[in-house]
Amino acid sequence: MNNIQNTLKNRKDLRLMLDLIPDGVKVLDLGCGDGSFLKMLKNTKNVKPIGVENSQNAIIDCIQNGIPVINCDLNNGLKEFPDKSFDIVLLGRTLQAIHRPDDILKEMLRVGDTVVVSIINIGYYKSRFQLLFNGKMPETKTIPYKWYNTPNIHLSTINDFKFLCKSSNIKIIKEIYTNNSITAKLLPNLFAETAVFVIKNDNK
Amino acid sequence: MKKENIGIIKPQIFKFGNNDALQLDCGKKLENVEICYETYGKLNDKADNAILILHPLSGDAHAAGIRNAEDEKFGWWNEMIGPNKAFDTNKYFMVSSNVIGGCSGSTGPRSINLETGKLYNTDFPVLTIGDMVRAQHKLMQHLKIEKWLSIAGGSMGGMQVLEWAVSYPECMESSIAIATTSRLSPQGIAFDWVGRQAIMNDENWNSGEYYKNSPEGGLSVARMLAHITYLSEESMSEKFGRNLQKTEDYSFGFDKDFAVESYLQYQGNRFVERFDANSYLYITRAIDYFDLSRRTKGDLAKAFEPVNSPMMLISFTSDWLFPPSHSQEIVKALIKNEVDVTYCNVESSYGHDAFLLEVDVLDKLVRGFVDNQYKSNSNE
Repeated sequence: MNNIQNTLKNRKDLRLMLDLIPDGVKVLDLGCGDGSFLKMLKNTKNVKPIGVENSQNAIIDCIQNGIPVINCDLNNGLKEFPDKSFDIVLLGRTLQAIHRPDDILKEMLRVGDTVVVSIINIGYYKSRFQLLFNGKMPETKTIPYKWYNTPNIHLSTINDFKFLCKSSNIKIIKEIYTNNSITAKLLPNLFAETAVFVIKNDNK
Repeated sequence: MKKENIGIIKPQIFKFGNNDALQLDCGKKLENVEICYETYGKLNDKADNAILILHPLSGDAHAAGIRNAEDEKFGWWNEMIGPNKAFDTNKYFMVSSNVIGGCSGSTGPRSINLETGKLYNTDFPVLTIGDMVRAQHKLMQHLKIEKWLSIAGGSMGGMQVLEWAVSYPECMESSIAIATTSRLSPQGIAFDWVGRQAIMNDENWNSGEYYKNSPEGGLSVARMLAHITYLSEESMSEKFGRNLQKTEDYSFGFDKDFAVESYLQYQGNRFVERFDANSYLYITRAIDYFDLSRRTKGDLAKAFEPVNSPMMLISFTSDWLFPPSHSQEIVKALIKNEVDVTYCNVESSYGHDAFLLEVDVLDKLVRGFVDNQYKSNSNE
């Protein structure tokens, strides 16, 4: 379990996601890495997991972890997955790296009943300060890249994400932050580094 | 642990069909059937470590090891089967079964029809992949194996894997289908047609009744054509380029100037030494006829409804004979049916042949999948 403990230590968003997943559900994890998060969900919550990865090495790791995994490029949607085939679809800190975040959100809501997604908040004060005072694109622990080699091509603020949900008829069921401070609760767009959203289609 | 070769392996023959003739899809029955097979490793006391290996069109039961001390050529999947290899014979009991209709020890068109005392030739009934699998199921019963830990094969072997999974789901814990399809594409059917025409237009073929002079020319052309479909534009460019074989300049004639011509001719010549022309007709026909969703009016998910154990599918990016999209269709059908499915589209420039050449990545994928399957069975 060393891998997963290390991962959880560095990924507060995954710890938050863990608590949001009920026992025994069907879970699809997009960008599941080596599958250790799904393996933990399987062992502790008896979920039925499938992972999605586009890296051959990650797929090999998933298989070694005993997690079914599908080789799929999220930029092309979720063609292999039928409508409403999962209870929960997860996407951890990957939305910003996909060509069309709006499209993948729609796809996730098509194949899953509930979507749990974590986003990196570029409105976080430390990022804002870097741009404001250094006049340079932010580089932080969560986004440790240069502007020219970053896979994160669609970074957004918490407010941006909420606006997208509103304009796409997506209902936000729950919204929590990795920073447990009062300031983050009061002004998340400024003080939350990462946010986790539970969303559903608004079927009004 | 160092990977080792398995050593000398002797083929075995299983006979059936005296009073239990094999019912074929064409409506006929096949009597006095022989299946050639090899085994590697040992069946354990619980008989829960058996894995079935299924070969491609031009393969045979000889999947690993050598046939005798002087033999320099290993079996066709030797890289994958042996001590400490992906199919680790220290752990698993491997069974490699030839198909009926072949020419490598099993009953086929060049076997003697006991009713007439003559070779079957084109009197041999046209077979399907389903017929081949039904015969293998008899072998399974003969070997007293109730459940395969896994079933694995590539190309036509992969078709057999899918057929097994649909026809005998209760007989396996898992399956691995590599570089394959649930139905051959029209392009594949077209290539098979031309290959068979090359054989049947060879005057030595003589309507299948050849004895002294076999239609080697036609069979060789069929093989060369097929071989092109196993490669890719990229792999041919890398391997041969426009290199000339011997001369420094063009010969301004029609002999083999280019390295790629020489290579194909060599492949054609080698093939006729070990393969029979009538068998080639029958096996390619079985491949043409393979279409699992035909039984369910095109509904692939419905066709795969019986499948109830984890399946791993592997395709290769440059394979245009059995393209990745075909594996992806199968994946989609299995997800719909809530089967535990794993799929990897391996980045490779080798074309269809990648399933024999991309051994490093196949080793990791297969080893992880099979070992986990074995572990989870032992824990239950």
